[in-house]
Amino acid sequence: MSRQPGVRSSMVFLPRERLSALMDHLRSEGYRCLGPVVRDGAIQFASLAQADEFPIGWRDRQEKGSYALQAAGDARMFAFANGPQGLKPWLFAPRETLWRVDGRKAALAFEPAEVEDARLAVIGARSCDLAAMAIQDRHFLGGERPDGAYAARREGLFVVAVNCTHASATCFCASTGDGPATRDGFDIALTELDDGFVAASGSERGARALADLGLASAGDVREAEARARVAAAGAAQTRALPGRDLQAALFANLMHPRWDEVAGRCLSCGNCALVCPTCFCHCEREEVSGDGTSAEHYREWDSCFSEGHASIHGRQVRPDIRSRYRQWLTHKLGSWHDQFGRSGCVGCGRCITWCPVGIDITEEAAAVCGAATP
Amino acid sequence: MRGRNPLNGIDSHCPEGARIVGRVDESDSIFTLRLRPLAPSPSPRFVPGQFNMVYLFGVGEIPISIVSDPESDVLLDHTIRRVGRVTEGLARLQPGDCVGLRGPYGRGWPMDRARGRDVIIVTGGLGCAPTVAVINYIIHRRSEFGRLSIVQGVKRAHELIYRDRYEAWRGVPDTRVLLAADEGDTSWPWHVGLVTDLFDDLAYDPSRTLAMLCGPEGMMVVAVRRLLRAGLPEESIFLSMERNMQCALGLCGHCQYGAKFVCKDGPVFAYPEVKALLGTRGY
Amino acid sequence: MARLRVSVHKFSSCDGCQLALLNRVEEVMRLADRVEFVHFAELGYVDPDAPVDVAFVEGSVSTPEEEIRIRELRKNARTLVTIGACATAGGIQALRNLQTDGREWVAAIYPSPAYVSLLGASHAISRYVAVDLELWGCPVDSRQVFSAIHDLALGVRPLNPGDSVCATCKREANVCVLVAHGEPCMGPVTRSGCGALCPRFGRACYGCYGPSEQVNSVALTQRFASLGLGPEAIARRFLSINNAAGPFAEAGLRAKEPR
Repeated sequence: MSRQPGVRSSMVFLPRERLSALMDHLRSEGYRCLGPVVRDGAIQFASLAQADEFPIGWRDRQEKGSYALQAAGDARMFAFANGPQGLKPWLFAPRETLWRVDGRKAALAFEPAEVEDARLAVIGARSCDLAAMAIQDRHFLGGERPDGAYAARREGLFVVAVNCTHASATCFCASTGDGPATRDGFDIALTELDDGFVAASGSERGARALADLGLASAGDVREAEARARVAAAGAAQTRALPGRDLQAALFANLMHPRWDEVAGRCLSCGNCALVCPTCFCHCEREEVSGDGTSAEHYREWDSCFSEGHASIHGRQVRPDIRSRYRQWLTHKLGSWHDQFGRSGCVGCGRCITWCPVGIDITEEAAAVCGAATP
Repeated sequence: MRGRNPLNGIDSHCPEGARIVGRVDESDSIFTLRLRPLAPSPSPRFVPGQFNMVYLFGVGEIPISIVSDPESDVLLDHTIRRVGRVTEGLARLQPGDCVGLRGPYGRGWPMDRARGRDVIIVTGGLGCAPTVAVINYIIHRRSEFGRLSIVQGVKRAHELIYRDRYEAWRGVPDTRVLLAADEGDTSWPWHVGLVTDLFDDLAYDPSRTLAMLCGPEGMMVVAVRRLLRAGLPEESIFLSMERNMQCALGLCGHCQYGAKFVCKDGPVFAYPEVKALLGTRGY
Repeated sequence: MARLRVSVHKFSSCDGCQLALLNRVEEVMRLADRVEFVHFAELGYVDPDAPVDVAFVEGSVSTPEEEIRIRELRKNARTLVTIGACATAGGIQALRNLQTDGREWVAAIYPSPAYVSLLGASHAISRYVAVDLELWGCPVDSRQVFSAIHDLALGVRPLNPGDSVCATCKREANVCVLVAHGEPCMGPVTRSGCGALCPRFGRACYGCYGPSEQVNSVALTQRFASLGLGPEAIARRFLSINNAAGPFAEAGLRAKEPR
């Protein structure tokens, strides 16, 4: 499992103060820049006007059901693990109009929603974010009828990834094979050192962007330091799933008493699914205009914990918390393999941190699968 | 019938208008709407067992199987039970009213595999609707198929719909129609009891028979068991599954069934594809 | 299609839920070719005893007069819809039900309590008559009420989703005030519909929209305790605006009990 961090040949050194030059280049190419900022006590992706908006000197402390920021007082911009949401909201919108219909005409007049065509450059995507994006790409774009809105946003996305040099207590991407080093799916990958970034390109447009900045080679010493820091972030992870493919073990244990036990703790609020970067469930809803003459048909994020998710004309296929949590976990870590060729978990740990009561997917999987907690 | 640009874009979500040109009240709560798409479109061919999304203005969409003959005309019949928000509203519509329509969606019955074989169709309740197109398809090509057995069960005698159709099918060469009601009444000349009781009357060669099942899952579980016991191979049994289908495109996740999306990978499945979870509560 | 005959009635309440309609009065007017308001005193239509297709009821039943009036109203309404926490769950005024004799409060508050005629308790409308649809909230949200009107005009039963406030927070990218700030947020057990108004401004949810479809109050109570809340503070979280709503009442009273 030893994999080279996502730093490729011809790596260059991007001094920290020149990150703004990279942003300027991206803007000149028509991209809006998006990056992590401190907002409402958490590090979240938001539009960036300038480079000093990055969470400079901030650390995150994540545990089961808790998240806190701490100021370290240094110049590091990316010395935190991840925030409450990854790239998902920027590609699979939380709410989106699908079409509108005018009901005044004798015949209903349908108008599909226009697909926005905006260029977005995200700076600071992590390996787990990119692994999740690959799964969502397959879901939304891989079928016979690719989703137009997702496709348009995906097309317009420029990814500046950051290899993790910091793991939170809830991270376990090393155990799912999705990090902490990025592998692909980025245009540029950065690894942060004390005085700047080792930068590598992953695409032609990424290479062009770096070339434009006229940067010097990173050099062996910096490259080695970058690799070491990323490897240390992997080694620092304390959680792990009990295996890569738990499909057989989970479905052999559908009647395990642990499901009842976790149902006693689970709030069924759906936060785990809603922060999960691979969960794709959404519902379709209708909003009628005030005067009742037209309607907007939209989709919005939903989860398998919600009331209507599995109801068939009023009958609930999953009427209780036990069956809903079991559905979520057995799909995510189990039947996902048959459906998408891999697990639905990328080890980002968000479902652990953002569960209000701190339910830990790694503990539950281990308990149900009968494995000793690794 | 599909959105304007079904292969590339959000359009594949967007319905088109269709006018109700006929309506039949099949029972107290079941009715059939005959729809004519408003936009001139290429002939709306579909495979028996596929479904359309039918949209009621201001309320939403529901998946409804297509009852009419797959290749006979441009009118689409949908038999609907008044059971939820959208169907309650659709029940109020009359000829001349408009609805939205998109489709056809999903994987239908394996008509090619059925060709040259005996076909047993076992349905319960409104499960009969998604098989009407199969029956019509076979009847229109009678010589291409072996013996056709139509087995339908209902809970109460008065819930039987398509009575005229069953009578007509009885008269088709080499075709049997067997009906059962859990609770009979004076107007019920047929079997009183479970639909699976009728299996005793079905003489068939399991090696050259294909079974198509559609109805409540409990009924399908029992039917599968009986057919397997009679020697029918697992891969000769097909089931039409029902789950909450909202997008019909395999995207929204509501019809997730193990590793399948019922709307896209089904609704018709070969038994081996679903046997791991069939009848498991919570899936 | 015949116009939907609608009435709006007030029982024990602050009138705030009627603002769900009054605040969008232009849209109310634009409904005119589909909806006819036959009784809506705040809008100037007064005909309380008229038979209607839909009666919206605001407020709880807390006086003898209201008990008689709600029974009469039920006879005149084909569909009865409660709007807001008072009508749906008894309201904040149901806190008096927790006292052995709520009348003591009347004496403590009003200079001439003899003029105040009260039942022994404040109850939800459903305690007295059958209710067809209950819209939660303190106050209800305009979108809920308009959406119910549209659905009823189309002859379909309105959607009334019971998912949690958390779902709204996540769609809106609100940072979780419980996880990130240790606030005793009721969001995980509270029905959505308010647009997650309080968490959006960094405040813990008060539970205005009542219990969500699945309430695991035991788990949330334990979580509140781990944040340092004592039994009385936990009880107050549940025994607030929707103190008389089943799962909240149960959780609040359980928290008060000594272990």
